[in-house]
Amino acid sequence: MADLSVNFAGIQSPNPFWLASAPPTNMGSMVERAFDTGWGGAVWKTLGEPIVNVSSRLAAMDYGSQRMMGLNNIELITDRPLDVNLKEIRDCKRKYPKHALIISLMVESKREAWQTIAKQVEDTGADGVELNFGCPHGMSERGMGAAMGQVPEYTCMVTEWVKEATNLPVIVKLTPNITAINYPARAAVKGRADALSLINTINSVMGVDLDTMIPHPNVNGQAAHGGYCGPAVKPIALNMVSELARDPEVTIPISGIGGIQTWRDAAEFLLLGATTVQVCTAVMHYGYRIVEDMIDGLSNYLDEKGYASAGDIIGKSVHRVTDWGNLDLKYKVVARIDHSKCVNCNLCHIACEDGAHQCIHFTDVHGKAYPIVDEAECVGCNLCHLVCPAPGCISMVRVDDGSQTMSWREMTGQ
Amino acid sequence: MNSSLSLDQITNNFREIHPPLNRAEAAFEANRCLYCYDAPCTQACPTHIDVPAFIKKIASGNLTGSARVILDANPIGSTCSRVCPVEALCEGACVENTLMKQPIQIGRLQRYAMDHVLSKGIDVFKAGAANGKSVGIIGSGPAGLSCAMYLARLGYMVTVYERRAKAGGLGTYGMAEYKMTQQHSADEVAMIERLGVQFRLNCEVGRDVTFADLEAAHDAVFIGVGLGATNKLGIAGEELAGVYDALEFIEHIKTRDWANVPMAKRIAVIGAGNTAIDAVTQAKRLGAEQVLMIYRRTQKEMSAYEYEYELAKQDAVEFRWQTTPIEIVADATGKQVAALRCVRTELQDGKLVNVVGSEFNLPVEMVIKAIGQQKQRSFLATVPGINIDAAGRVVVNAVTMQTDNPKYFAGGDCVNGGAEAVDAAQHGKHAAMGIHQFLMGEAVTFAGA
Ligand SMILES: Cc1cc2nc3c(=O)[nH]c(=O)nc-3n(C[C@H](O)[C@H](O)[C@H](O)COP(=O)(O)OP(=O)(O)OC[C@H]3O[C@@H](n4cnc5c(N)ncnc54)[C@H](O)[C@@H]3O)c2cc1C
Ligand SMILES: Cc1cc2nc3c(=O)[nH]c(=O)nc-3n(C[C@H](O)[C@H](O)[C@H](O)COP(=O)(O)O)c2cc1C
Ligand code: SF4
Repeated sequence: MADLSVNFAGIQSPNPFWLASAPPTNMGSMVERAFDTGWGGAVWKTLGEPIVNVSSRLAAMDYGSQRMMGLNNIELITDRPLDVNLKEIRDCKRKYPKHALIISLMVESKREAWQTIAKQVEDTGADGVELNFGCPHGMSERGMGAAMGQVPEYTCMVTEWVKEATNLPVIVKLTPNITAINYPARAAVKGRADALSLINTINSVMGVDLDTMIPHPNVNGQAAHGGYCGPAVKPIALNMVSELARDPEVTIPISGIGGIQTWRDAAEFLLLGATTVQVCTAVMHYGYRIVEDMIDGLSNYLDEKGYASAGDIIGKSVHRVTDWGNLDLKYKVVARIDHSKCVNCNLCHIACEDGAHQCIHFTDVHGKAYPIVDEAECVGCNLCHLVCPAPGCISMVRVDDGSQTMSWREMTGQ
Repeated sequence: MNSSLSLDQITNNFREIHPPLNRAEAAFEANRCLYCYDAPCTQACPTHIDVPAFIKKIASGNLTGSARVILDANPIGSTCSRVCPVEALCEGACVENTLMKQPIQIGRLQRYAMDHVLSKGIDVFKAGAANGKSVGIIGSGPAGLSCAMYLARLGYMVTVYERRAKAGGLGTYGMAEYKMTQQHSADEVAMIERLGVQFRLNCEVGRDVTFADLEAAHDAVFIGVGLGATNKLGIAGEELAGVYDALEFIEHIKTRDWANVPMAKRIAVIGAGNTAIDAVTQAKRLGAEQVLMIYRRTQKEMSAYEYEYELAKQDAVEFRWQTTPIEIVADATGKQVAALRCVRTELQDGKLVNVVGSEFNLPVEMVIKAIGQQKQRSFLATVPGINIDAAGRVVVNAVTMQTDNPKYFAGGDCVNGGAEAVDAAQHGKHAAMGIHQFLMGEAVTFAGA
């Protein structure tokens, strides 16, 4: 069985699966149950000055019959007294010395406030701190959370303050509510952060109740924008993680967060450069137990692929991500339809006809009309392949001979 | 052969009633599962397989992991996925019955995961480090196979004694051919063999080896001998050519040598249990023109599952309720069945009685007896120190499956009097735990115990 343990910025973890700072890590008894279930690490629900929450505070987006494809929340940081949290952290670390216990922090933008809380955490024996520069709602209105993460200079400054105060590894959690993720990430590196984690939640309004005309989630007739997470945000998170993984100025490890639900999602994050992954929504949906298949599935995958450890696949796909300008313009694929597998839904035809390049026509096969690709016209866009519900029916086949390559950069000399 | 059908037609009639799911179907079905917590399907399964866990692993593409969850709780998960009365067990308990009026197809998903490992020969469990102890198992049916697999995982040397030429018990010789074939059973046996379990076939305990031999060779013995031959009708003509015992008839079918399976134009099957249903549905598939099911009580009292009865109805089987056979009538040669003589029955003051003067002949060329199996009383009587209850079942401790002779454990049909394969698998699991406690003084709990 493959070795799943990882070393993240000096923090040892039995596996790369961590709980993100959120309701599943609200208190000691929860984190301990999670560790018992198999989670390798946990980032404690963000500590700071206790706040008062609203009710209700969650809303979800369903897709077809799938519930909670996306989740949004307007919850703030912990509402529990600091001393209670610190005591539970100390007890938890003592009981689970081999697990990774990271404490998320967010206080007002004052050197003393950050340094005091960082020292209090160090004193508990926890393995590291995570600076929450990401919360996009509520806290940001008070000059914290995303309000810090959106200004690279602030990110650098607060990171430096915390580094001055503690020897613990410092992870900076980034907000996706920016135009380019590289700048806040580089600012954290400049502030001597030991690692990055991303993404926090994305600004969102989840929808409107068409009877009452009140947006979700309803707080006494009003709503506020909240943070979006869950399976729907995974592609956004993967993009940001891979952007940082291939940024030569970002030299520190990454903890990937956003929409991770299965070992497959986790493996994709590892391949694109994450050393650990963090999960929130999937656990809020199904419970801590999902980690069992994450561990089992990842280890079977590594075994089947012949890798001895999870570390062996970290970043393996990073070099496959490049700028558009470097892509090979001579590479050419076309769609091919296997009629023995076709179910005659004709979705490929209509998709190509109305959404692409009008190159799927019909042909008679044993007295029945089947879609067929005019390969001379096909631009190889993938659309028919994506809409086809029959496994293995449409394949994208390479038609160039591979003897020539030419990128846009080469072509234009840019 | 007396069939009007060609061999190809018969083969087609015996195609699987629950064919394998393809990848798209499996993904769709697996994603439909709600992943219930403390799930009702798991509770309803006699081996308590963690159903949502194995289904979610199918959804995540972790088929090997899925098979491990299944086999951890049920070593004959492949057989069970094909033959379990799922409507009455896991699928009957699925919450989607309420929500969507359509349960998740748990049996077929289970098969999907099992086919993945069995067809590729992937072993999800390894034999445990040898612990120096040896266990003998009498009978290679579901109970014996289950017990053997768990013991092998714990490091025991396990030898299975089987009087038949093939291992698998009724999994190999009894299951309706449209549910599973002998090959499916053989693949399962092969998996258990790869764990180091030795099979001694054509070896009947009591004839080829003695109990003294067993006790000398093994530290404990598990009895999983199942039931005996079909009960006799006790009426005249039972010895005529054309009279078969349902098990014998089904065994012929299991060879798939259609041309040599006993067949006739008109066949009467006596009984109304699941075995009787298996006999009528398979007789129809072989091409019999008229298949009659004869039962002395009404449809309400029949012990067959509702959906098994539905299957027989779909196959155009004719039912003769409140009818009892009184004689099998011979043809002119005096040797061959020509008719089944019956009498009508009715309830009088709660007692079933024959209606005087209602006798009639049903012209048939073949009669199949399916009125339940006898217990293995004579064999069990020879096992030293064990006790048998009035119904002929081995008396065991319900937790450890230990008999009154501490060295002997028992499970399966010979203990419960005849139930399902999945129940026998659960007995085998409990017995393995009981044996481990007895021999090593150590408590071990397997999934779903
Ligand atoms: C026709 C029929 C159809 C069935 N269909 C289904 C179904 O669809 N689904 C389902 O779940 N259940 C079904 N069952 C029930 C199921 O087959 C049994 O519950 C199950 O096989 C019991 O397992 P077992 O191991 O106790 O016994 P068996 O399967 O009967 O195995 C006992 C084994 O012990 C061997 N043996 C006996 N005596 C000796 C000896 N002295 N020495 C060596 N070996 C010996 C026998 O040869 C046999 O192989 C069916 C039963 C019948 C009869
Ligand atoms: C209800 C809720 C509360 C959250 N609270 C915090 C928090 O206190 N601190 C923090 O850093 N992130 C918080 N998050 C964000 C998560 O840690 C995580 O970054 C985000 O949900 C994306 O991961 P996911 O797609 O697995 O849910 C919260 C998320 C939710 C849904
Ligand atoms: S063993 Fe049988 S009852 Fe149990 S889950 Fe599988 S098919 Fe259902």
